Amino acid sequence: MAAYVLRRLVGSIPVLFGVTLVSFFIMQIVPGDPASIIAGLGATPQEVERVREELGLNRPMLVQLLNWYGGMIRGDLGDSVLLGRSVTRAIVERLPVTLSLSGYALAITLVVGLLSGVFAALRPNTWLDQALMTVALVGVSLPSFWLGLMLIVVFAVQLDWLPSGGYVAPSVSVVGWLRSATLPAISLALLQVGLLARITRATMLEVLGQDYIRTARTKGLPAWSVVAKHAFTNVLVPVVTVVGIIFSLLLSGSVVIETVYSLPGVGRLLAAAVLRRDYPVIQGGLLMLAGALLFLNLLVDVLYAYLDPRVRYGTGQ
Amino acid sequence: MTGAGLFVVVVLVAALADLIAPTAPATMQFRFRFTPPSPAFWLGTDNFGRDLLSRVVYGARLSLEIGFSVVVLTGIAGTVVGAAAGYFRRLDAWLIGAMDALMAFPTVLLAIGITAALGPSAMNAVLALTLVYTPRTARIVRASVLVIRELDYVQAALAAGARPGRILARHILPNSLGPLIVQLTFIFAYAVLAEAILSFLGMGPQPPTPTWGNIIAEGRTYIREAPWISLFPGIAIALTVLGLNLLGDGLRDALDPRMKVQPG
Repeated sequence: MAAYVLRRLVGSIPVLFGVTLVSFFIMQIVPGDPASIIAGLGATPQEVERVREELGLNRPMLVQLLNWYGGMIRGDLGDSVLLGRSVTRAIVERLPVTLSLSGYALAITLVVGLLSGVFAALRPNTWLDQALMTVALVGVSLPSFWLGLMLIVVFAVQLDWLPSGGYVAPSVSVVGWLRSATLPAISLALLQVGLLARITRATMLEVLGQDYIRTARTKGLPAWSVVAKHAFTNVLVPVVTVVGIIFSLLLSGSVVIETVYSLPGVGRLLAAAVLRRDYPVIQGGLLMLAGALLFLNLLVDVLYAYLDPRVRYGTGQ
Repeated sequence: MTGAGLFVVVVLVAALADLIAPTAPATMQFRFRFTPPSPAFWLGTDNFGRDLLSRVVYGARLSLEIGFSVVVLTGIAGTVVGAAAGYFRRLDAWLIGAMDALMAFPTVLLAIGITAALGPSAMNAVLALTLVYTPRTARIVRASVLVIRELDYVQAALAAGARPGRILARHILPNSLGPLIVQLTFIFAYAVLAEAILSFLGMGPQPPTPTWGNIIAEGRTYIREAPWISLFPGIAIALTVLGLNLLGDGLRDALDPRMKVQPG
């Protein structure tokens, strides 16, 4: 197991290096002069020059690249042009909002996605299966930000049950947090719910057709025990592999959902940075989120190897 | 085949936009601002009194054009990179490394980052989305090529002295088309969704050019008084993506029932 973890760790170093390069080149592909774009239309030549100096854009690309890595080692990803403070601080401050929202959405995804997938597979080709799979398919087809707006129209404007935006930290008031985060979490979760339900159903159907399930049934075990113990635990193995994709979708989704619901998280920071051309925030944000995702995927792989020994010995598939 | 039907309808609407739309998408009729859906304005009007049916129908055109461009470019780039990585062992590690680095980013986030750098426009949205979806396509082509290149008939062609280019083009790639087509159908769906997100965030084609995403963004300001502005473009996106997803599912089942759901 330790050897497998080490192998995966070493294997992810080149990818991490690639990620840092891609983030760096975001600023390099800006057509024209990034300094004057950042400084804005009405900026004087002196102001443009100041921005250029601050961002080090007047130095050769190789020097910029070395500075980028030098900063990274010290945990310094540069300063936000608009906020006038360090990118890492700006992101870390907003992380709790995004994490609590993503965690909530992940919980919805796992509970609803797994349950509907399992139930659909237990009654294949019945109305229940078809209804659940239709909902799942619609779920993966709806734009999340639009769903967010429509939920606001129904639950905030028409029914007035929940707020249409704003954020209450769970440390301030748990009820307030639930009220402020429920609509965003549902909007954020629906896509992943649909995805997970579809994958769970397919895997469950495959598992239910296996010999050992028939054995368990014929030896007279109760139906729920066969499903819960014999089948479900084996469904979890391939499902673990999509968890990485789910994390990725949650992070992507948070940009639009936090914008729609005016939640002060990393996603909205990025959306604002994109509109105002705050390149250091965009670069730093992309790098930190991709880095976090890489780490999560590593954890998922290790978990997968733990659940399925064939993976860690390299004999599977 | 529901999926194909649904998608064909959307394509027809986009193609026949000039006939279906009652007015040009930018025509403003200030007297009729914020008209709810009614016999005169089927989908209502927006804050400038522009007919939403016209805007949504013309938006279909741009959304499909962007989605289709992404599919074509991704298909080409993914095939070239995937074939090179799968066939030429020396290139494999480098190309796959680069692909892995791009795939480490959440797709939409990377597309947002790239359009932020290049500037907001339809062309740049296409470029960004192509760059984001190419690695996934390349991986699928590479996987097919790796398997097919070891088959006896390819070895026979090699023994007969065929050059790599010919072997790839004549013997390997035609046999790896199946999974590629399925993947591209799903990429079409993702690209339409992703373009809507870019447009919604202001990183797509700029107003007054209507795209489904930017109509929803404009409607957001008036979501309390005139929810229909954002409602209809969202339904249009959902129907298009649903059609493409159904089509992709159908193609996958027809071509290879054992392939699992591969999300983007």
